[in-house]
Amino acid sequence: MDAMEAIRQTFFEECAEQLVEVETGLLAFQDGEADDETIDGVFRGVHSIKGGAGAFHLDALVAFAHAFETVLDELRSKRIEPDETFVRLTLRSADALSDLVAAARDGETADTAKSDALLAELEAVTGSADEKAEADEDGFAFQPVTVDVSTLFGAEAGETTYTIAFRPHDKLYARANDSMTFLRELSTMGEMQVTCDTEALPLLADIDPEAAYFGFVVTLTGTLEAEDIRAVFEFVEDDCELQIDAASTDDADASFEMELATPDEADLLVLQAMLDGTDQDEEAIEATDEHASFADTEGVGAGDPDTAPESALESDPAQSGISRSSGSEAGKREPEPSRQQDPEPAKDPSVSTPAGGKKEAGKPTKAAAGQTIRVDLDRVDRLIDLVGELVIHQVMLSQRAVEAGLTRTCDVATGFEELEQLTRELQDSVMAIRAQPVKSVFQRLPRLVREVAEIAGKRVRLVTQGEWTEVDKTIIEKLSDPLTHMIRNAIDHGLETPEDRVVAGKPEEGTVRVSAGQRSGRIVIEIGDDGAGIKRDKVRDIAIEKGLVSPAAKLTDDEIDNLIFMPGFSTASGVSELSGRGVGMDVVRQSIQSLGGRVTITSEPGKGSKFTMSLPLTLAVLDGMIVTAGDETIVVPLSMIVETMRPKATEVRRFGGEARLINVRDRFLPLIDVGLLLGYRDRPGDPTAGVVILVEMENGDRAALLVDGIQGQRQVVIKSTETNYGMIPGVGGATILGDGRVALILDVDRLVTCSREAGHSLDPATLQAAE
Amino acid sequence: MSLTILTIDDSRTMRDMLNAALTPSGFTVVQAEDGEHGVEVLDGMEREPDVIITDINMPRKDGFAFIEDVRADPRHRATPILVLTTESDAEKKQRARAAGATGWIVKPFDQDKLIAAIRRVAAYSG
Repeated sequence: MDAMEAIRQTFFEECAEQLVEVETGLLAFQDGEADDETIDGVFRGVHSIKGGAGAFHLDALVAFAHAFETVLDELRSKRIEPDETFVRLTLRSADALSDLVAAARDGETADTAKSDALLAELEAVTGSADEKAEADEDGFAFQPVTVDVSTLFGAEAGETTYTIAFRPHDKLYARANDSMTFLRELSTMGEMQVTCDTEALPLLADIDPEAAYFGFVVTLTGTLEAEDIRAVFEFVEDDCELQIDAASTDDADASFEMELATPDEADLLVLQAMLDGTDQDEEAIEATDEHASFADTEGVGAGDPDTAPESALESDPAQSGISRSSGSEAGKREPEPSRQQDPEPAKDPSVSTPAGGKKEAGKPTKAAAGQTIRVDLDRVDRLIDLVGELVIHQVMLSQRAVEAGLTRTCDVATGFEELEQLTRELQDSVMAIRAQPVKSVFQRLPRLVREVAEIAGKRVRLVTQGEWTEVDKTIIEKLSDPLTHMIRNAIDHGLETPEDRVVAGKPEEGTVRVSAGQRSGRIVIEIGDDGAGIKRDKVRDIAIEKGLVSPAAKLTDDEIDNLIFMPGFSTASGVSELSGRGVGMDVVRQSIQSLGGRVTITSEPGKGSKFTMSLPLTLAVLDGMIVTAGDETIVVPLSMIVETMRPKATEVRRFGGEARLINVRDRFLPLIDVGLLLGYRDRPGDPTAGVVILVEMENGDRAALLVDGIQGQRQVVIKSTETNYGMIPGVGGATILGDGRVALILDVDRLVTCSREAGHSLDPATLQAAE
Repeated sequence: MSLTILTIDDSRTMRDMLNAALTPSGFTVVQAEDGEHGVEVLDGMEREPDVIITDINMPRKDGFAFIEDVRADPRHRATPILVLTTESDAEKKQRARAAGATGWIVKPFDQDKLIAAIRRVAAYSG
């Protein structure tokens, strides 16, 4: 039962993969980028799901997959001209199929209303084709023969005697069938007698070893229907002549005209000798000396159809038993070697073509595709934790070495350097194990867009880009929710209704563009729409009404746009039920920030808005600049740093109360005193005594951080402060330093925002305006 | 001696099921993932399999093409090939037959019937 459960699990895993392929294929089709192979792939996906579902008796799934597959088959064989309605139907069907799979997996009863409605639609598409198929099926079925059992001589009550005339064609053997197997099968069904008809056997010199010369007349008595007999020959009915008649037990009464002949013994012996020369084993020879039995023919039958031994089938009633016991002998399967030695096939050029060479030419090897292993994620996580610890200890160890007075040039120090490099490489490699393309998240988007668009009554085209961008699995998992919310927002609020779009001179169909890419050690995901852009007047009014900003505040466009992230803003009346769903943009921002990420929005009236979400590639390690502020050691993410400088007194200016600006190449930037802001000291530090670190934020703005000194650059292992302590604004996490102390890792963007809110500085845009 | 069965199916589920059905019954099961792979695996086998079981709908090379390829190779032309598929329409059966298939089994398969079919075409009744 365990094995079945494991297979069941495999099935659902495979379903998930296939559903992705199906949807991807259908989308390509929708975009007109599909070729025949794409459609084949989609068909195969649905087909495989149906196949597996059948094995697990998931009937609802089988029924739906079948209808879907039938439609796809019509498409595949170009019997359907796909229009837009059709493409949408297939996409919705893919969604419904996905739901049915999920329901089956979780053992729930699927909401059949939706799938039933679709089923009807699908069947309507293929209605005519289905009827045709059924007709075919009927034509294919066997029409039972009426038999009057009581008239049969010698038959027991309920038993019927049939006379079966079976004459294989060459083709039957060419398809690796053997008359033997059919006769044996028949022998299991009742009392059997077999007579072989050798009439057609030519002179030895004229024998084609691949041709079929024999016919068989079988008399079979048992409790069975003619249908049962026909079923035995079902797959080869075109490869043989077959006639089944209800008859008396007397062979002489056989109603068909096949002439029955007894094989000439001399001929037989000659033939047998010929075969002995090839590969007949001794036992078989012995048997041939007496009456040839089924066992003898077996050795040759499959390979050398209808050569001599079968002609020896002058059977007696006892032979139905023999045929069964002959199997152990038959198990030897000699025909293949005989085939290879046989020079005869060269006769037929199409057969003798050395197919091996043809097949191997220019084909990609399978190996490349198959070289993956599945590993339990826990094991990888454990490995990553261990490597993290290793990094910390390696750093501690080298620091101890310095403390112990070892010089930088001594062998031990060199050794430590090499160790550091190795550890780093190890860490990168381990992280790469857990890295995944964002595709797994992106592939859920088309369905989301379809559903949201339908509810919102809008027409939307989704364009995705950079889906192969790799990011740590821990981040991937957390991307989905914010991404979903932002896309809902883009469709619901960003895009106009089709009518409004036409009025605005835009195409009816709006576009939502989602792209991913790596930028300076972070993954940046952008969600853009070509809608109306943010209605700033309205946003501002709402914010004032909610008391989020003072009516007197002068706000830049950028600031107004970013108001939508303010806590409490989203509950405003303008938010529809759809994108609301109880979560505001502030929650989205918070969840992104908790990952060490940030989100911003830019908008252009009439042209659309764009959310930019930036996240670290991993939650495990970070390249940082180790600096001191107050008496504390802190880490500034290296990816944010543009440059460092020692400011001169003349470059620093006071602005307003406590705020200070620094002139960097004739541009004034807010100077943020990190020690003061984090509460490490009470009074502002002296800029001329410290170091200024120039940072660039996600939105491109720059700021200057004032710290006391720089210790150096290092890779640090991130420990979450949120999990272990709680969220601290301006702090992205913590790490353990070489000396065993804990250092905080700055969240620079958040820190700069905090400083603005605290009134220590002013917005750079305002400052620039003031210059 | 145990019979060696080469199974070809692109579905992992189906491969697992075949394995679970055949291995405990004493068959040696060799597996391939599509027709193309099937040909490679077959060429690499030390001993000809006693029976080949193949799916029809597969990427790269489907079951029909696979059967044709196998039949065109003198080494494999007498090897029984059973088609195992969810399809049951006459036209597909006809195509499989024309390609050189030995028999046809419809999925989902019944373990006993599958084994009976294998034994029948492999001429094995032990």
